[in-house]
Amino acid sequence: MNILRLEQVVKSYGDFRAVDNVSFDIPKGVVFGMLGPNGAGKTSLIRIITNITKADSGQIWLDGEPLNSRHPEQIGYMPEERGLYKKMKVGEQLTYLARLKGLSAVQTKEALAYWFKRFDILDWWDKKVDELSKGMQQKVQFIVTVLHKPKLLILDEPFSGLDPINANLIEAEIRELARNGTSIIFSTHRMEQVEEMCDHIVLINKGRNVLEGRVTDVKQRFKENLFSIGYNGSLPENLPGADRFFIQKNNENHRLTVQVAAGADTNDVLRYLIEHGVQIGSFNEILPSISEIFIRRVNETVGN
Amino acid sequence: MDKLWLIVQREYLTRVKKKSFILITLLSPIIFVALFTIPVLVALFAGKEKKSLVVKDDSGIFVAPADTSARARFTLSQEPLDVLKATYKGQGFDGVLYIPTLPPNGEKLSLSYFSEGQLSLSVVGYVTDKVAEQVSAKKVKDAGYSEDVMKNFKTKVGIEQEELAFNKEGVLVETGKKSSAELATAIGFISGFIIYIVLIFYGAMIMRSVMEEKTNRIVEVIISSVKPFQLMMGKILGVSAVGLTQMLIWITMTFVLSSMATAFLGMDAASVQSPMAGMQQPGSEEMASQAGQVFEALASQNWGYILPLFLFYFVGGYFIYASLFAAVGASMGDDMGESQSLSMVAMAPIILSIILISPVIENPTSALARWMSIFPLFSPVIMPARLAFEPPLWEVLLSMVMLAGSAVFFVWLSGRIYRVGVLLYGKKATLKEMVKWTFSGE
Repeated sequence: MNILRLEQVVKSYGDFRAVDNVSFDIPKGVVFGMLGPNGAGKTSLIRIITNITKADSGQIWLDGEPLNSRHPEQIGYMPEERGLYKKMKVGEQLTYLARLKGLSAVQTKEALAYWFKRFDILDWWDKKVDELSKGMQQKVQFIVTVLHKPKLLILDEPFSGLDPINANLIEAEIRELARNGTSIIFSTHRMEQVEEMCDHIVLINKGRNVLEGRVTDVKQRFKENLFSIGYNGSLPENLPGADRFFIQKNNENHRLTVQVAAGADTNDVLRYLIEHGVQIGSFNEILPSISEIFIRRVNETVGN
Repeated sequence: MDKLWLIVQREYLTRVKKKSFILITLLSPIIFVALFTIPVLVALFAGKEKKSLVVKDDSGIFVAPADTSARARFTLSQEPLDVLKATYKGQGFDGVLYIPTLPPNGEKLSLSYFSEGQLSLSVVGYVTDKVAEQVSAKKVKDAGYSEDVMKNFKTKVGIEQEELAFNKEGVLVETGKKSSAELATAIGFISGFIIYIVLIFYGAMIMRSVMEEKTNRIVEVIISSVKPFQLMMGKILGVSAVGLTQMLIWITMTFVLSSMATAFLGMDAASVQSPMAGMQQPGSEEMASQAGQVFEALASQNWGYILPLFLFYFVGGYFIYASLFAAVGASMGDDMGESQSLSMVAMAPIILSIILISPVIENPTSALARWMSIFPLFSPVIMPARLAFEPPLWEVLLSMVMLAGSAVFFVWLSGRIYRVGVLLYGKKATLKEMVKWTFSGE
């Protein structure tokens, strides 16, 4: 079952196609990474999903229903550009925003009591937002996003501007929410974060879906059959015929990088090295990082 | 609807609870009353400036008046002018007044005053009045008339207007209704100005608030929960409630404070007059009769007609300009300075109407007055200014229909612009872009 399904979504601003026939599915209960450089169309897509703007064409389903005006109450959205009323007190502000999300007065009170206790910020209630530090404001922003218990959480660059301590805190909260079944869309241009946190990804470039899938599957698809071999001692001077799979020798680190032709047996490489008197210390497959895959895909699509 | 109500509540409460709002709201009537009370108090309690002058009179007509409470006391002296100039200080005078021999009839009599210090305007007025009075008296007497005759020469002239009404056949049907051009003018100006100030003040408040939400980026959080139109309308309605609250407090306070001031100081028309009697004011009887006329004219104004219409234009104008200002606020970029020019789009028609209010009131039946009070961007200021002059019914009706229609249109238009503009960060929008947003899909 998918929490979100996009089919052929298009959005243009004048002559500019911000979202160009994008389709993808987000399974329930996963952390889904939406990746792309700045200006790729991520924010436009998010605004369509959150019902802030309408797509020119295409269809979207949230939890099996075509997207409608009641759905925003089931979505929690943290925009990249964080925003709060600076002169408003934290408690009043959160109450207001919770009520706008459709919570009743009682529900709001309960939700706020829970989060104020959880983040240990009970004494912030009467503080104005501009009296808080940036990191503290981000915590408030996070509470705004999650306090109505959304089915789908959309976080646009959630870690930007966070110090490591708060980043860890928010990351832990995101994982906790994911464990409890909240589906999470995680939009970022910082690929390394994605590998740690996301199960699924979609790569967006110039408004198009250039790649989509489970992180492990994607890595398998884009692996180049590269292996890293560690050896002890030194390599023999002469290794006849080894050029067919050697990519790189690094004598100082005692490391070899080799590429095995698709379909070939990795054991062949090992057997060859052992036969030539190399002492094998380790043998690992090198999988490409998401950012390498992204750059390759982008270059390919630009090439087209 | 629930959410709209939440927004209205927030917009209202955050403003009303602000210290600056409470201060401005409470202090303004006090300042207002003080503005009227302080001059009276000063006149009542402060000592008047009094000058003691030594007079060298070559005309031989001047007789020092006996009134010692007046602004200047005169002492005649026969010593030569040069001697007086040198010694007036030693003799305890403030200066020397020189009256030359009288010029031929019809020419100006020029007095001279010699002193270290200058005379204030009021003393100059008093001195010249006294001298002129005595010169005229002498001339009248020389011509062989008595002083009583001179008093009879003075005639005060006023005009009392009575409005006539005719039926369709042109037969006179109604008489006796007092009208006052002065009063109609005053009502016109005051109504026009109140609406002008409200539109500018609350319009700018809405614009700032929209800009703040946009530059804060909170708007994106909010419109992921509510429609942009709801947010805009919530703001417009909330701020209108703030305005109404402020007005209500002001009206109540002004009323309470002025009745308190009146009771405390015993300031009815007559007693205000007495301390100023020296200032050539009309006598208190005359004042009383003038006040009577004003009240009669005030009572004869058709308030049952003027007030509801005033309110109608007030509300209609508010919706037009509040939504225009909201659209302008939404189209502004992060650079406030650069964005100022955009706010002129909304400001210009209001400013133009306040500039043109004078010619309209001077000539309330002119074509300019008629068309400006029908055109909906001007009518909220201009039509209330004309109401006391009783413009033809068809003009009022046409203008009302136009205003109501335009209010709906401008709220719609601004909603379209607002919706797109509020999400575009960075640069301010051009008018061309705003037109495009209006017709673009959501």
